[in-house]
Amino acid sequence: MKFFIESAYFLASILFILGLKKLGSPDSAKRGNLLSACGMLLAVVATLAHEEIVSIPSICIAMFVGSLIGIYMAQKVAMTAMPEMVALLNGLGGLSSLCVGTAFVWSRSIVTPLDSLTLALSIFIGGITFTGSVVAWGKLKGVLPTKSIVFFAQKTLTSLLLFASAFVMTFLAIDPAAGSYFYACLIGFCLVLGLLFVFPIGGADMPVVISLLNSYSGLAASASGFVIQNSLLIISGALVGTSGIILTSIMCKAMNRSLSHVLFSGFSLKSASKKAGEKGSYKSMQPDDAYYLLESAKTILVVPGYGLAVAQAQHSLKELSALFEENGSDVRYAIHPVAGRMPGHMNVLLAEAGISYDALVEMDEINPTMEQVDVCIVIGANDVVNPSAKEDTSSPIYGMPVIETHRAKNVLILKRSMGSGFSGIENPLFFKSNAAMLFGDAKKTLQSLVTSMKNG
Amino acid sequence: MDTAFLLIFLLMLASFLGFELIAKVPSTLHTPLMSGANAVSGITLLGAMMASGMESTFFAKSLGLLAVIFATINIVGGYLVTHRMLGMFKKK
Repeated sequence: MKFFIESAYFLASILFILGLKKLGSPDSAKRGNLLSACGMLLAVVATLAHEEIVSIPSICIAMFVGSLIGIYMAQKVAMTAMPEMVALLNGLGGLSSLCVGTAFVWSRSIVTPLDSLTLALSIFIGGITFTGSVVAWGKLKGVLPTKSIVFFAQKTLTSLLLFASAFVMTFLAIDPAAGSYFYACLIGFCLVLGLLFVFPIGGADMPVVISLLNSYSGLAASASGFVIQNSLLIISGALVGTSGIILTSIMCKAMNRSLSHVLFSGFSLKSASKKAGEKGSYKSMQPDDAYYLLESAKTILVVPGYGLAVAQAQHSLKELSALFEENGSDVRYAIHPVAGRMPGHMNVLLAEAGISYDALVEMDEINPTMEQVDVCIVIGANDVVNPSAKEDTSSPIYGMPVIETHRAKNVLILKRSMGSGFSGIENPLFFKSNAAMLFGDAKKTLQSLVTSMKNG
Repeated sequence: MDTAFLLIFLLMLASFLGFELIAKVPSTLHTPLMSGANAVSGITLLGAMMASGMESTFFAKSLGLLAVIFATINIVGGYLVTHRMLGMFKKK
């Protein structure tokens, strides 16, 4: 029996690795996901055959309940709400690791330092992942304020709790048989730490936090793997952990900020160049006027941002693009790596609307040829098209890679109002002579453009 | 202790493998990659099954069962939503 179980785990880890590899290309991604799911099923079935497991019926019922909830969530979720969904699932993964660790503390004799340390780690990381993800979920859903929440002595409290946790874990490593009170303290610490970590993070930094929490949930699984000495858990936990770390670093690079800056400093507005005289005047345009511009454009570049998701405007955008193409224009899409609230969020929305991924261009690819673009349509994006990042050395976002729409022949900006973006930084793009603002709800604006294109 | 070291080696190798596998994923697929990886992290279900299935206290077993439910939601929800998303990615 042991041989059968171990072979199943071996096969499952191969399936996970192959699945992850295939997830790296759009053509094979769907197969990759299925392979990975098969690996999971295999691992679960094999574990049921484990001789230590005696109460199979109750486990099956629990899995049935979990599956029903999971199916319901996956079917119901709107593509615009993907970040919330991922945050929530992530939190459940963390909570699960926390429960597993806790259950073992109160049922097993812990003898070696490795036992106690990995148990403590799976509880600790799981707990942080859980409360951190719940706060992230609340912020993304709008239940909690999206802004960075910083309160008095927050940093001191965080450092104190981290220090106390490290102390408890060291103590447990030295004396593995120490009472379960120590673990109880650790549970309390990590739950509060998760809250403290994510509360100060503002909306636009969410892609970083979601990636990081994803990484944590993998690390927690790895730690649980050490607890039950299961190599499959360690391997898959490590794969997830590194994938989260890579995405985190990609997101940080795309914002030209370090991870510690994102996590610990909120977004400092001190240096934001809010010089009063700099504002100048902007041009406001009606959709009817924009129509003439777009109708004669040969190349059109669409730059979507989080505002597109908020307005649920992806389908109207697709309809409009189809009309442009009928009209003989070449329509392409440039997505900034941190557009939206999680990595790749905009790509999913465009895919949902039926826009082919061939029409997407990378930022580095489009910037050098920006002068040849007749009209840029910026939809609900702000900081990622801010020319200050290139031109103004005193700007807080100076050095961040941006989509340089200001160098296109014309820029149309779809925006609800003149209000500045999340970061509160003035965007000089709006005041350039080749730019025009189309105020209003993005979906309505796009639809009136559709009507003009049809009637025109 | 030997097993412990072997497991640590395994963790190290798997981490390097993870870096190699994921560093090349295009940004278009970042969201499905994340939700797919998220589903894999539900592998902690195996630990939850052990915790709830073993002969032990009622408290530990109940916690284990709760962990089974949470991990299953994570797995099933994660894989299904990834599947749904990937079904939308189309070439012309």
